[in-house]
Amino acid sequence: MSQKQSALGPKPHESAHKHVAGAADYLDDINEPAGTLHAYIGLSTIASGTIENIDFTDVLSHPNVLGVLTASDIPGENDVSPTGLHDDPIFADKEVLFLGQPVFAVIATHRDAARRAAKKAKISYQEKSAILDIRAAEKAGGEFVTAPLTLKNGDVKQAMAKAPLRLKGEMEIGGQDHFYLEGHIAMAIPGEDDTVKVISSTQHPSEVQHMVAHALGAHQHAVNVEVRRMGGGFGGKETQASLFACVAAIAAKKYKRAVKIRPDRDDDMVMTGKRHDFLATYEVGFDESGKIHALDADFAARCGFSADLSGPVTDRALFHADNCYFLENVELRSRPLKTNTVSNTAFRGFGGPQGLLGGERVIEEIAYKLGKDPLEVRRANFYGPTTGNKTPYHQIVDDNIIAQVVDELEESSDYQARRQKVLAFNKTHKNLKRGIALTPVKFGISFTATWYNQAGALVHIYKDGSILLNHGGTEMGQGLYSKVAQVLADELQVDPKRVKVSATRTDKVPNTSATAASSGTDLNGMAAADAARQLEARLVRFAADKFQIEEADVKFGYEHLDCSGKQVPFEELIAAAYMERVHLSAAGFYKTPDIHWNRETGRGTPFYYYAYGAAVSEVVIDTLTGEYFVDRVDLLHDVGNSINEAIDLGQVEGGFIQGMGWLTTEELWFSDKGELKTHAPSTYKIPLASDRPRHFITKLVTWSKNEKRTIKRSKAVGEPPFMLAVSVLEALSMAVASVDDYKTCPRLDAPATPERILMAVERLKGQR
Amino acid sequence: MNFDSKISFWLNDEIIELEKLKSDQTLLDFLRLEKTLRGTKEGCAEGDCGACTVLVGRLKNGKLRYQAVNACISFVASLHGTHIVTIEHLKSDQGLHPIQQAMVEHHGSQCGFCTPGFVMSLYAMWMENADPTTTEIEEALQGNLCRCTGYQPIVKAARNIVKFGSLEQDFLVKERQQNIDRLQALQNDSPIAIESDGDKIFVPKTKAQLAEIYVAHPDATLVAGATDVGLWVTKFMRPITPSIFLTALRDFDAVQEKDGQLIINGGVTYTDLLPLIDEKLTQLSAYWRRIGGAQVRNMGTIGGNIANGSPIGETPPALIALGATITLQKGEETRQLPLEKFFIEYRKQDRAPGEFLAQIQVPLPKPEAHFAAYKISKRRDEDISAVAAAFHLETDGNKIGSLRIAYGGMAGVPKRADNVEAALNGQPLTRDTFENALDAFDQDFTPMTDMRASAAYRQQVAKNLLLRFYDEYFGEAESLDTLRQAALVEVN
Repeated sequence: MSQKQSALGPKPHESAHKHVAGAADYLDDINEPAGTLHAYIGLSTIASGTIENIDFTDVLSHPNVLGVLTASDIPGENDVSPTGLHDDPIFADKEVLFLGQPVFAVIATHRDAARRAAKKAKISYQEKSAILDIRAAEKAGGEFVTAPLTLKNGDVKQAMAKAPLRLKGEMEIGGQDHFYLEGHIAMAIPGEDDTVKVISSTQHPSEVQHMVAHALGAHQHAVNVEVRRMGGGFGGKETQASLFACVAAIAAKKYKRAVKIRPDRDDDMVMTGKRHDFLATYEVGFDESGKIHALDADFAARCGFSADLSGPVTDRALFHADNCYFLENVELRSRPLKTNTVSNTAFRGFGGPQGLLGGERVIEEIAYKLGKDPLEVRRANFYGPTTGNKTPYHQIVDDNIIAQVVDELEESSDYQARRQKVLAFNKTHKNLKRGIALTPVKFGISFTATWYNQAGALVHIYKDGSILLNHGGTEMGQGLYSKVAQVLADELQVDPKRVKVSATRTDKVPNTSATAASSGTDLNGMAAADAARQLEARLVRFAADKFQIEEADVKFGYEHLDCSGKQVPFEELIAAAYMERVHLSAAGFYKTPDIHWNRETGRGTPFYYYAYGAAVSEVVIDTLTGEYFVDRVDLLHDVGNSINEAIDLGQVEGGFIQGMGWLTTEELWFSDKGELKTHAPSTYKIPLASDRPRHFITKLVTWSKNEKRTIKRSKAVGEPPFMLAVSVLEALSMAVASVDDYKTCPRLDAPATPERILMAVERLKGQR
Repeated sequence: MNFDSKISFWLNDEIIELEKLKSDQTLLDFLRLEKTLRGTKEGCAEGDCGACTVLVGRLKNGKLRYQAVNACISFVASLHGTHIVTIEHLKSDQGLHPIQQAMVEHHGSQCGFCTPGFVMSLYAMWMENADPTTTEIEEALQGNLCRCTGYQPIVKAARNIVKFGSLEQDFLVKERQQNIDRLQALQNDSPIAIESDGDKIFVPKTKAQLAEIYVAHPDATLVAGATDVGLWVTKFMRPITPSIFLTALRDFDAVQEKDGQLIINGGVTYTDLLPLIDEKLTQLSAYWRRIGGAQVRNMGTIGGNIANGSPIGETPPALIALGATITLQKGEETRQLPLEKFFIEYRKQDRAPGEFLAQIQVPLPKPEAHFAAYKISKRRDEDISAVAAAFHLETDGNKIGSLRIAYGGMAGVPKRADNVEAALNGQPLTRDTFENALDAFDQDFTPMTDMRASAAYRQQVAKNLLLRFYDEYFGEAESLDTLRQAALVEVN
C-alpha cells in the first residue's frame, strides 16, 4: 500500500534560518552591478500650487551628481495610476497636489550624494489654498477622486420613521502608516534594445511591470520584474512600489547603467500612501431589545490627491459596515474625498476595518443608550443561519459560524464573570478604571475586482528530483512561500526539502494579481496544486506504461510511487521519466469560481466565503492622565483547516497587535501647512513588545473547515484578525464610560491616544 | 600634546585600523557599504527601530562588557578600543546560535527584516541574564520594532533560549580572555587626531586632554553617546567637523555615591547609572527604564541629555526637582551652578565656547521625603515625553514643608512650576490644597501644540499629575504601574 505523509503543519517559515542569521537577502543586500548609480527623489514643500521655476544649479554642482530627471525626461507616460485614471504622476509637472509630492530625481554615483543634492533644488511656487482633511473637503463642496458607492437593502426611510428608538452620531477614524521595516526600494538593470530588469520590493510585480512599460513607452514583454522577499508590505507595497521602480527604470535606460533608489524612512513615510482616515456619520433606528430596524450611514474618506485604490477601499468599507449583523433596512454611502495630502492606499483590511469599526460604534451607541452589555446587542443582531442572512450587497451569508465562535470565546475567556469584576472594580476605584469588550469579526474573502481572483504557478522537476516552485504571489513575511511549498510537497507527496521556492518573476508567471486581499494562499496554492496534478497525471501515465498496469493501480505515496505494490522511489521515477522524455514542467492556473459583483446595482456575490473570529480585551485606564495598558486579550479565530498553524497563529497575533496600534498609539499628525510631522519611528509609535497584552491567549477554531472547495479547505488569514483589535478600543470606551456610570457612549475617536482618553474622560465628567 | 593617528577596533574577528576617517561616518554605513556585512539592516537611521542593532564590547576596570547599540547613529570614530560584534559573527558548534535556534523554533520571524536586530538585542540581554523574565525581555526589547509578529513568539523564544544552549558554551564567553587581551593592547593614554579631506576628528583619552583640545577648537562638536548628534547627521545631513569624541575618555563614565549625593561624570550613560538608581533612588527606577530603548540607554549620556538643552529633557525635570547642580569646565577652570539655571531659553544654555559639562551632582532625597517622576507619552516605552514631571516633597508636620516641582515639555526649557510651588508651600497637606493650587499652572506654563500632544492636553495632564502625586502617596493605593505589573502572566 502507498503510505501518505502530510507536508502540512506548523513548520518554521521557509527563510527562518536565514532571517535569524542575517543571511536573507533583501533588495538592498543584493550585490550591485559594477557602476550602479543611485537616484534620490526631491519633494515638493507646499501642499497645493503650481511650480513656477526650478533652479538645479546647486544640485548639479554637488559632487558625484550626474544629472536630474523631471517629468520631461519620461519617455512614456508620466503616470502610475493603478486604475487607469491618469491622476498619479511620477513627477509633478506643473501642478503640486500635496506636500511631499515627488518633483524630480537626482542621479549620482553614490546614494549619499544623491540624497544630499536632492535637498539643494530651489523650487519657486505659486501657492494655492490647500484642503487637508475630510471636514475641509466636505466644506469645500466634497470633490471625489473616484465614483462613490451606495449599498441598499429594504426601506430605510420608512423603517427609520417607524423605529421605536433612534440616534445619530459620528466617529473619526484615523489612518495608519504601514511601517514595513524595509522601506521602499527598487533597482533597475538596463538590457539590450528596450528591455530592463527591475528588482522591486513590491506586492504587485505585474503592476510594476506594466507601469514601468508605460513610463518607458515599451511593451510589457520588455520589462521583467523580480521580487524574492519584502521586509514587510501590509498593502503599502501594492501600488506604491511603482513610483520607485519607474524612476529607477527611466534613469537606468537614460544612463545605460544599473540604478538603485531607496528613500530614507522619513521621505518614504511622507511620499507614500497610508490607510485612509474616515469620518463615519450614522443614524440608526432600533428597539428596546437592541435590534436594529434601520441604518443610514455615510463613510467619508480622506483619499488624498488621487484615486489610487480609494475606489475599492471605500467600497470595502461599506462591504464590512454590517460586520456580523443583519441590517434589514439599510443605506450605506461612500464618500471618497479629494484632499491635498498623500494619496491613500491599500492597508491590511483595505477599508474593511474602518467600515467595521463604524458599524461596531453603532452597536456600542445602542448598548449605552439601552444600558445593556454591547454583547447582548450584538447577539440580537447576528445574521441568522437560514433567515435574516442577506447582506447590504445582497450576498447571502451561507457559512455563518459567528454565534458558535462567540459562544466558545465567551466561555473560554470567562467573559461574563470578568465583566462583573470589572464593574465592581470601577465602583471602588477613583482614578483607575477598567473596561472589557467582546467583539466579533466577519470578513469577506476575494478581490472585489473579480478578475483579480486568478493565479498561476510554474513547477519544474529537475533530473535529480529537486523541484523548483514559482508562482505569482509575493513573500512579505506572511509565509506564503512556505504554505504554497507545503501544498506542493503535499500534493506531490515529496519531502518538503526537495522544494525550493524561487523569486517571483513576471517572466515566469505573467499577468499576476497583487498579493493582497488575504488571497495569496487561496489563489497561488490552488495554482500550484493544479501544476502538481498535471505532473502527477503525466507520471502516473508514464508509470502505467512502464509497468504495463492500469493507471488506477498507480498511487502516489510519500517519496515514492506505488505501482501495483512495487514502490518506485521518487528520484528513480524522475530519472526514468526524463529518459522516457516525460515533460517535467507544468504551469498551473486557478480562478475563484462562483463570484460576481455589479457595482452599478450594488448587488452580487463578491466574496467566495467569509472568515470569522472574535476577541475579548480587558484594559485599565488612568482617568487622571489618559494612560492605559491592555490587561488581558483572548482571541479565537477561524482559519478553516489550517495549512500551517504556526504561520496562521502568527498572522492572528501579529494582525491583532497591528490593529491595536492603529486604534491606540499610531497617530498621523499633519501641520496646518499639510506637512506630516509623524514621519519616523521617533514620532510615529507602533506597538512595542511591552505594549502586548499582559496576558495574551490566542486560539484557532479547531472545528472549522471551509465550506467552499479552497486549498486544503483552509481560509485566508492575512487581514481578518486585524479587526479583532476593535475589542481594545471598545474596552477603552467602557473604561471611559464608567466615569459617567455608563450612561453615555463616550464616542471615543481612533486612535485612542492617552490624550483622546483623557479628553473623553473630561468631557464625560463635565456632563456628570 | 602628541597625537596618535589612527582609530583601532575589532570587528568580529578582524582588526580595523583607520587613518582616514570622516567625523560623520556611521558604523552602519561602514558595515554595509565598506565591509559588505549586510546582515545589519537600516530601518530608520535614527536609533528608534533597532534593525541595525550590533554589540559593542568595551573594557571597564579590566572587564569586557558587551552592550547592544544602534549602528545607524554610532560613529566609527567613537569605537576606538572596542569590539564590535555583528549578526554574521554569531555561531555555535551546532550551526545556528542558541538564540537564533530559539527564534526559528518559536516562529519569531515573519518578514525577517527586524530579526537580526532582535537577535542581537537578545544576545546582549542573555549574556547578562541567561534566564530572563518576561518583564526583563520586554525591557531588553524596548528598542526593537517588529511590525509582523506582534512580539509574542519573540518573547517566547527569549524565554526558552536556555533549552537551546548554555552560556558556558557561548563563543563570546569562551573567547572572552582573547578578546580582553586584544582590547587591552589598544588602550593607552595618547589622544588621537585624524585629519582627512578637511575633516578633523579628536579622540581625547583624559579629561585634561579634552579640556585642552576643546579650548583650542571651541567650534568643535562634542560627541558622547551620539543619540542626538547621530540624527544631526543621518536626518539633517549637518556637518559635525571638527569633532571631539568622548567615548574613549578614561573615567568619564564614572559614577559614585558620596555624602548623600550621586556624583555623575559627564560621560555616564543611562545604563551606567541604573544600578545606583535601583539601589539609592528607586523612585526613579521605572522612569529611568522608560528613557529610550536599551540601545539608546547604552549609548546616551546624562551629560549629553542636559547639555543639548532639549525643552523636554527626559532627565532634567527629575534632576531639577532633586536639586541637582552641574560642574562646567573650560580649560582648567571649573564652575558650578544649579541645573535649572543652565537652561536659559529654547535651545540656549549657559555654556561658554570651549566649556563642557564635566559632572552632575544629585542630592538624594531624605528618607522621609516623597519623590516621584512621571512621564506622559503616546507609547509607554521608547517614546519622547509629551510631558515629564517630577515632584519632591518634604513635609512639615501636617503641612507642606517644601515641594519642588519641575516639568519638561511645558515650556521652551525644563522648568520649575514656581507659582504652583508658592501656592502649596506651607499649606496643609490635603487634597483640597492640591486642587486649589491647580489654577496656578496657568501662570507658570503656556505649553504648545505639536505632534506629541495638544496644548490643552499638556496643561490638563500637568495639573492632573500633581493630583496623581498626592493620590499615590496619600490617597488611592494602586497606581497604573502596580496594576500593570500585577497583571503580567509569564510567557512560556
